[in-house]
Amino acid sequence: MCEINEDFHDRLECVQDVEGGLKKCVKCKEANASVVIKGGDAHCRACFKENFTHKFRATLGKNRVIFPGEKVLLAVSGGPSSCSMLRQVQEGLSQNAHKKLRFLPGIVYIDEGGAVFRSSEERQKTVAQLQAIFKATGYPFHIVPLEQVLDLPSSTILTAPSASQPAHTGAYKTAVDQFIQHEISSSAAREVQEETDVYESQEPHTQALQKLIGSAKTLTAKQDLVNTLRQHVLVHTARSKGYSKVMLGDSCTRLAVKLLSNISTGRGAHLAQDTGFSDTRHGDVILVRPMRDYSAKEIAYYNHVFAVPSVFIPGLDTKNADKASIHRLTESFVNKLQADFPSTVSTIYRTSEKLQTVCGSSSTADPCDRCLLCVCALDTADDGVSALQATLTSEKLSKFRGNTRPGMPVLISGELRQSAPTVRDCRSGEGENCGQAQVGGSCCSSDMKPEKTDLKSTLCYSCQLIVKDLSSVECLPQYILSEAMRRQRRSLMRKEITFAPVSNVGQEKTLVTVPGSELWAVDQTSH
Amino acid sequence: MPVQCSCCGEKRAMLKRPKTGHSVCKDCFFWAFEEEVHETIVSAKLFRHGERVGIAASGGKDSTVLAHVMKVLNERYGYGLELMLLSVDEGITGYRDDSLETVKRNQQQYELPLKIVSYEELYGWTMDAIVKQVGLKNNCTFCGVFRRQALDRGAIMLKVDKICTGHNADDVAETVLMNVLRGDVARLRRCTAISTASEGEAVVPRCKPLKYAYEKEIVLYAYFKKLDYFSTECIYSPNAYRGHARTFIKDLESVRASSIVDIIHSGENLSVREGVKMPVQGTCNRCGYISSQALCKACVLLEGLNRGLPRLGISKHHRLHGKILARQPLTEKEERKLRSENS
Repeated sequence: MCEINEDFHDRLECVQDVEGGLKKCVKCKEANASVVIKGGDAHCRACFKENFTHKFRATLGKNRVIFPGEKVLLAVSGGPSSCSMLRQVQEGLSQNAHKKLRFLPGIVYIDEGGAVFRSSEERQKTVAQLQAIFKATGYPFHIVPLEQVLDLPSSTILTAPSASQPAHTGAYKTAVDQFIQHEISSSAAREVQEETDVYESQEPHTQALQKLIGSAKTLTAKQDLVNTLRQHVLVHTARSKGYSKVMLGDSCTRLAVKLLSNISTGRGAHLAQDTGFSDTRHGDVILVRPMRDYSAKEIAYYNHVFAVPSVFIPGLDTKNADKASIHRLTESFVNKLQADFPSTVSTIYRTSEKLQTVCGSSSTADPCDRCLLCVCALDTADDGVSALQATLTSEKLSKFRGNTRPGMPVLISGELRQSAPTVRDCRSGEGENCGQAQVGGSCCSSDMKPEKTDLKSTLCYSCQLIVKDLSSVECLPQYILSEAMRRQRRSLMRKEITFAPVSNVGQEKTLVTVPGSELWAVDQTSH
Repeated sequence: MPVQCSCCGEKRAMLKRPKTGHSVCKDCFFWAFEEEVHETIVSAKLFRHGERVGIAASGGKDSTVLAHVMKVLNERYGYGLELMLLSVDEGITGYRDDSLETVKRNQQQYELPLKIVSYEELYGWTMDAIVKQVGLKNNCTFCGVFRRQALDRGAIMLKVDKICTGHNADDVAETVLMNVLRGDVARLRRCTAISTASEGEAVVPRCKPLKYAYEKEIVLYAYFKKLDYFSTECIYSPNAYRGHARTFIKDLESVRASSIVDIIHSGENLSVREGVKMPVQGTCNRCGYISSQALCKACVLLEGLNRGLPRLGISKHHRLHGKILARQPLTEKEERKLRSENS
């Protein structure tokens, strides 16, 4: 097996037979082979290209989420994978393409230079390079600095109702037929050239962003934070420019790393959304990952052989040690394992295909049940015994308890004796009191800053970890903070209504949610 | 300046808890550690009053701490459990015989009854003999499969209602990771469960009271309590692939201490897509043990050993199960194939 890790631009090795002669392509068996991707399968340039482009169309065709005529935003970071994706879209849309793709592409680049503390000259240079690449495609493009998170509206982190797209299986075919009909009848080319915009970041904004990133105490939290904010900007850009799909360039290798690092940061409940082909958490804007069938190596070869330009942009973890962050560590773990066991990445990737999100992605669900940062369903429900409860217990037990608190074991001459009615209750009470006591206890005893605790209830397990690593939550963008406040008021209101003296003992009472986010307690039996 | 215990505020802190980062004194650490295990036992409703519980004891740190804590908690909180130690003698000279000595000492220290079941009496093979035949490469497969069944058989002999094992948080996290790396969704789904459901007559329910206890804390607990335990790696080299996962977990822990419990949280919240093929649990046609195939893994491995074809159970040869069941000889071609795999 030939090695290719970071040395993407190494000279291609010559594929030689045992006898020393050049190997033939396994596909056409005519041309000389030039690329070996895995195993001993050597392909010639033409077959390699055909195979590569076919995979892209096949992935889109198989999943049938992108409808003809739809506006699709390509998220291009400048890296090899997303640049390769851009090329695939160009190939697929070109006039002479076999089984032509039929959507309307646009490009977005999110400039994270501010978060990485790059100088504005460096950033401008990068933007100029990318602009050249984007202009060559002829597609409308948007260059958005990450600083824009500071101006996002609160609606960014709400799940919008999904556009009523027909869901039954025949719908896709009908849509294609309709589109072709339509195209023939109005053969006039669509000349509505969309505006292309390049936003400039302003100095105070950059400073505010840098303060936010700087408030994260660990690189893991910094990376998670930037990923989340980038996602928000992406979704916002797509929404405001009228795109209903966003294509992300995650490769198979990237996703395998992401899967493992997400597991390691407690994002198990959201794996399917985070690594699957389509991500429906935002409702109206669906994220798709059409590059998930390509390995990083395959992409590197393709880009090299067919001269796909890409731009190197340093990220947060560039030039950092393996143990600098969980993401960095996972990446090196997967790469090392892949070198020894070549099936590692594909096995991990196949595992991700078999998973699903715990809670459905129904957009009708209460927004309060979704995480403020990652917009996934909350996974912090208190269900008795869980890792979350165990952590809370540990924290509670290691904190200062004094010797006078009733219900806590008292230290007598080195021996611990319990005067612990609460703990005893747990056992005799069949665990019913237990959960309540724990919840109450953990709330009262947590001596975190109030605003941090308040934010906590609106976050999923993993995003709580990010916030835990922030020295101050005040740096967070306003749209996040104000939405957090709104949710708190709402949950307070809900609590008040629940405890309102409408209920007579023994009568059933339900809470009905009325559109307009107001709650009414309804006494069923009285009607 | 000496640091005060963050818990009682009186004594000098002796250690920094790996799990929470708090500096605590020895007594507060003991109390917190035991209380956490108690909390786990109570909230997961692991035991019922009056049950007979077998503690799987290897003599290593985890099972020694488990035996100690179980005994302490049983007395402190009046669980009313009848505890006993259950050990498996794999027949590894220079390793298991020494660790079993530790278990025998523990038996006296904790005044618990002890039952030892050996591979030799159950299967007619010691691990030493197995390694002689299969070599060092795949012997862990035999040992692991046999141990699982041996524990169940021992539990039935002891007539216990439940077995508890010393699996700690690091072990569970490692298993989650291993199952992802192997793409084994069926196991991925059940590996984080704190106790197994009663699966059938041949299987005694198991639970892991130390599931949320960090390995580091277990070592600290054993160290400060001066518990008598045996700490040597098995002489038949540990599984190389698992070793990578283990190192990764340790590295993760050093980057962010909560990683271990975060991975368990992830594992607990994973759910498998509908329509993914899952193995159906049945029983072994020969010994009646749970199995997803016609023959359980232990029977296939044993058959391989007895026929002198150890590869029979290591790689997948479900097609041959019928022949094994009918006690028919394999064809020459099949035998040759099995032998050639070895090289």
